[in-house]
Amino acid sequence: MLEFMQQLINGFSLGSIYAVLALGLAMVYSTLGILNFAYGELITIVGYTMYFATQAGAPFLLAAGLGITFAAIASLLMQLALFRPLRGASFVTLLFASFALSQALQGVFRQAISPRARGIAVPEIFSTFVTIGDIRIGFLTIATLIIALTSMGILAVFMRYSRSGLQMRAAAIDLTTTRLMGVRANRVILGAFAISGILAGIAGVLWMARTTQVTPTSGFTPILIAFIAVVLGGLGSIPGAVIGGYIFGVLEVFLQAYLPIGLVPFQFAMALIAVSVLLYLRPEGLMGKRIEEKV
Amino acid sequence: MPTCPGLPFTGSRTVIPSENTEKSMETHNIEERGLAPLLNIAHLTIHYGMVTALDQVSLTVDRGEIVVVLGPNGAGKSTLMGAIAGVHKPSAGEISLDAMPIPYGVPERVLRMGVALIPEGRSIFGALTVEENLRLGGSRVSRSDVSDGIEKAFTRFPVLAERRNQSAGTLSGGEQQQLAIARALMSSPAVVLYDEPSLGLAPKIVTQIFELITELRDEGVTTVLVEQNVHLALEIADYAYVLASGHVISHGYASELASIDLARLYMGNEVAE
Repeated sequence: MLEFMQQLINGFSLGSIYAVLALGLAMVYSTLGILNFAYGELITIVGYTMYFATQAGAPFLLAAGLGITFAAIASLLMQLALFRPLRGASFVTLLFASFALSQALQGVFRQAISPRARGIAVPEIFSTFVTIGDIRIGFLTIATLIIALTSMGILAVFMRYSRSGLQMRAAAIDLTTTRLMGVRANRVILGAFAISGILAGIAGVLWMARTTQVTPTSGFTPILIAFIAVVLGGLGSIPGAVIGGYIFGVLEVFLQAYLPIGLVPFQFAMALIAVSVLLYLRPEGLMGKRIEEKV
Repeated sequence: MPTCPGLPFTGSRTVIPSENTEKSMETHNIEERGLAPLLNIAHLTIHYGMVTALDQVSLTVDRGEIVVVLGPNGAGKSTLMGAIAGVHKPSAGEISLDAMPIPYGVPERVLRMGVALIPEGRSIFGALTVEENLRLGGSRVSRSDVSDGIEKAFTRFPVLAERRNQSAGTLSGGEQQQLAIARALMSSPAVVLYDEPSLGLAPKIVTQIFELITELRDEGVTTVLVEQNVHLALEIADYAYVLASGHVISHGYASELASIDLARLYMGNEVAE
């Protein structure tokens, strides 16, 4: 029971990174219908920013702040330089354009920095443990949970109560009608990319604090997981992306902990099989729209 | 060009079939209906791929008027409304408001110029609350004007005040239409475009909505109304245009058009096609 509790907390901690990741991908998808596969490279950008900043002697928190800032700027640039000129293009066109951007950025990282992994120095406190009653939990596990939950809470309040948040929610339901209300499409879309970039930045910092290294292809696993979580939760549903992230995180940790040793190498494959089964049972995802939200 | 052979009103002073050139139609309008129309649509043509949705449509709306656009399904009425609101891109022709050309493809700028569209089917955000729908309508005005606008909306539509925190999807059809109108008024538009406001509503509710449209006109809101309900529409309209297969096949003062069997007019056009 004790171990179960411990694993559950670990699962929720990993799941909250996945939730933040998925949330960033879902923000852009729900507003524009773009599945931005170059989103993973934002995580890589966070990694390299933190690597260079800590190398230059910056404290970890400053490096993390810079990482988030650069991810947000890169996200805005993606919209301005790539997606805006392609406005009106089909879903598949945009998807392939984002693949191309993803590959191009990986090439740049490889050529300009190095194909090899770079280590990111993390504070020693990250590897310490906290004991609550009989449960021993890693400091990083708890810090991750708190940071992710706080970030999502702030976003929820912003989306719920601010004027821009309302406009973004409306744009996600029906962009044309939102524009008929006088809302500037370009502003709402940039807002969505900015939030997407900040979330990628926060998830990236949490990710790098765990993996402690960055390579040119560091973004692949995060984008894959974000994509799985978004589809699992229901494409286009913001709360669905969060729930999908948590489910996949808990699933991963539990498979790791409870699979027989011989099957552990198949952990990721088994997680995907579980997702496939869930999607077979609910093709529209857990929170997918069965009824049209617009009346 | 469709021809309208043997229409009963051919040659009438105010109801002009489309055989007359566009130029003479404009001249007619200017002479008969004031010098500078608020909304002027000249030779508007819109294509959807290979299909011509509107063909050389010219139409004027004077300040403070209710102009109704009638016509059978697929005549291009909604396309016309969408074009005025800046949603559809014309392939030829021009739309201007108060002599300023209306830009295409940026509906948010058209709203800022003072034109609000209430789309067919109302386009209420069902997942958002009544108040949030109203707030969205006030996206272009200052925050204090939004509060004032909401107060005004609640005075005019008490039922919306009762349901301000309810999601708009739970409202009845008539309440949703009230919300759509209240939302459009949030930006204090000079021109309101109604696309089939009676759609799916009970007759009693339709009468109320039409009374409301008249009331708003009396307060100075210039109105363009697309309607299937010909008799009700002509009752409140000042001027009417009849659209069929993308052409203006007839237009005239509502009182004069009211005496004509419009169903036959539509049919006549279909036969001619």
